[in-house]
Amino acid sequence: MAELKLIGFLCNWCSYAGADMAGTARLKQPGELRIIRMPCTGRVDPLLVLKAFQEGADGVLVSGCHPGDCHYNEGNYYARRRLELLARMLPAFGIEPERFEYTWVSASEGARWAQVVDDFTTRIRMLGIGDEPTVAKQPDDQRTGEERAVNE
Amino acid sequence: MRVGVFVCQCGTNIAATVDTEKVVSAALAMRDVQHAETIQYTCSDPGQRAIVDAVQKKGLTRVVIAACSPRMHETTFRRTVTRAGMNPYMMEMVNIREHCSWIHSDIDTATDKAIDLMRMGVARVRGQAPLNSTTVPVTRRVLVIGGGVAGIQAALDIADAGLPVTLVERGPSIGGNMARLDKTFPTLDCSSCILTPRMVEANQHEDIDLMVNSEVDSVRGYIGNFEVDIRRKATCVDEDKCTGCMICQEKCPGKAPDEFNAGVGESKAISIPFPQAVPMVAAIRKEHCRQFIKGKCGVCEKVCPADAIDYEQEDTIVTEKFGAIVVATGYQTYDWREAYPDYGGGQYPDVITSLQYERMLSASGPTGGHVKRPSDGEEPKQVVFISCVGSRDESVSRPLCCSVGCMYTAKQAILTKEHIPDSQSYVFYIDIRAGGKGYEEFTRRAQREFGAIYLRGRVGKIYPSGGKLIVMGTDTLSGGPVEVEADLVVLATGFDSAPGAAKLAQKLNVSYDQYGFFSESHPKLRPVETTTGGIYLAGACQGPKDIPDSVAQASAAAAKVIGLVSRGELETSPMVAEVNQARCTGCFKCRDVCPYSAIEAVALRDGREVAGVIDSLCQGCGVCNVACPPAVISLKGYTDNQLIAETLELLR
Repeated sequence: MAELKLIGFLCNWCSYAGADMAGTARLKQPGELRIIRMPCTGRVDPLLVLKAFQEGADGVLVSGCHPGDCHYNEGNYYARRRLELLARMLPAFGIEPERFEYTWVSASEGARWAQVVDDFTTRIRMLGIGDEPTVAKQPDDQRTGEERAVNE
Repeated sequence: MRVGVFVCQCGTNIAATVDTEKVVSAALAMRDVQHAETIQYTCSDPGQRAIVDAVQKKGLTRVVIAACSPRMHETTFRRTVTRAGMNPYMMEMVNIREHCSWIHSDIDTATDKAIDLMRMGVARVRGQAPLNSTTVPVTRRVLVIGGGVAGIQAALDIADAGLPVTLVERGPSIGGNMARLDKTFPTLDCSSCILTPRMVEANQHEDIDLMVNSEVDSVRGYIGNFEVDIRRKATCVDEDKCTGCMICQEKCPGKAPDEFNAGVGESKAISIPFPQAVPMVAAIRKEHCRQFIKGKCGVCEKVCPADAIDYEQEDTIVTEKFGAIVVATGYQTYDWREAYPDYGGGQYPDVITSLQYERMLSASGPTGGHVKRPSDGEEPKQVVFISCVGSRDESVSRPLCCSVGCMYTAKQAILTKEHIPDSQSYVFYIDIRAGGKGYEEFTRRAQREFGAIYLRGRVGKIYPSGGKLIVMGTDTLSGGPVEVEADLVVLATGFDSAPGAAKLAQKLNVSYDQYGFFSESHPKLRPVETTTGGIYLAGACQGPKDIPDSVAQASAAAAKVIGLVSRGELETSPMVAEVNQARCTGCFKCRDVCPYSAIEAVALRDGREVAGVIDSLCQGCGVCNVACPPAVISLKGYTDNQLIAETLELLR
């Protein structure tokens, strides 16, 4: 059986550090999630999340600083607006919305992070491997975002 | 492109759960990887040397190090590759310890994950371009927030190094909680005798600008160059004219609660909080002043010989620039009343807090140093101390230890005997925590020399009976219930963060925990730094601690600040946004979303207006990167291409 592919985009200043803290405290977690460090959830492009689903991710988790606590003052507010909109649009792309989650975990919430990973992974395990999104994969598209933008 | 991969074993921290040799062989099969090896301790001197050797011998142009969290050692390894002649940003770290070996027990799971993370790291570093940092000047002025013993110590240390300091205190006097204490453990030094000279020194220091009745309104900027709005609250007293004669306080008809004395006794609407206050200047509390409540009074204005009263005074905002900020906002004692109904919930006048007792013991306090029962003014003969009220108590959501309760309770038991020789003290405790130098001996003295009876157990209930209080508890050592008839009960209340701590943390962008205590950057190695550059912590705002620890931490923070500010300039992170101006359409969405106003309009030669990034202002959040419709602004080090490559590599 193929393994589940879960991606986490984590803010360096809070959730990434919270995940570090969970590690330091040896809080055991399920093994499917792979974390990508981001400077801020405000850097998380909804298109990147879509891209991940398009390329076969079974679940995407975004986690940043609690509203009001953003290291860059307001990056997570932008993230919240963008990701909330994205979450609502996912069904239109043929992606089950339960496969996507954005949440807030601070640098001191190691135990909470372990819980988030556990809950998220359990949920995706129940859903199983994701279907191919209706927005079809473009196997030959090697262009960068920049080049695509110019062409379209 | 020649990528080198180094897999740290971290002794057995990583190697016990991740098959590092397997990661190495997997890495050797990855595109562009020319070298891969395991290292027992990569951060050690031989470990770093192995990296330098490999880079130089094999002509590596990019390096991936799979080890602990980059939050731990990214700087270390950037320096390592710099020594090898590489650009420091051509090194990428992969977190296989905190995010892998430490959270999994199954070797296959952990090894598979480590290999995935390694693939992603290699994909990412392949898209990395060399980056060069620039320098910005550092403002030669330091802000210290909070004028307790920690703030005073930090301000003095920094000012003694020749750097100008602005010391901001919310209340009318500096001195903080230490000024409210009578004696200090374990030496029984008089608290104000050792603190007052420091307060005066801070006020008189030519490099310290003291602002009392002031609060931080807002903070902008970043390490080296903060811009802070300080609200100087209206006190209706001209600070320069007031001589501190206290005639106004004497004549004022408006009663007000005595906050300094923790509610023991009463104060006036215009007052100087305590006799050793610094600065010695009166302040009006408008909410209690008849002039403001009823619109007529004016007594203080009439009696003031210095003509210092000004009812029209309004808050003013002072804006200043600072290179660094020390936060020393301290703590408040836990408000026990709602959480402990079994102790009377504040209904019994003879159940008081340790801080109230402290004010009673103090010669300059409201009772002139005489211990009296609040109910009838009688001298108590049987005093019961209860430890851990609002600390080490899960049932009130305060599992933390206040770290000083055992010690100050022993001190108060000793002082009780000194004040009332025929008295008997009882101490209910959970454990006696006396870890500091001379502390254990001190608690023994309280028992042996001063006859305090220690009972190991919690108190379940207190109820009044015939003018006395019956304290019902357990003695877990003898294994039975105990009842003590008490004249006075003193609760050793724990620490809470200062009022408004979370709000201040949000203004400063520093992390804080569930109690509102500010989080240090690393509990062992960066105990006074916050996760925000240029902002440091001192004293109990970071967590409960005693005076020596607060002072030591303040001096440590001062040393960090001096190190930062005295250099005069600062390397900035080169991970800033960059605009491809040839393709920019000039919509300025990036400028609209930028939290730092780091985007400016630049005119091209053909007259087109496009976006440009002011490197020294950009902090690298990447919000603009996402907002840009034609995707022509990108955050260096986190470009679309890098993130997509990393994502696709995992999903391949």
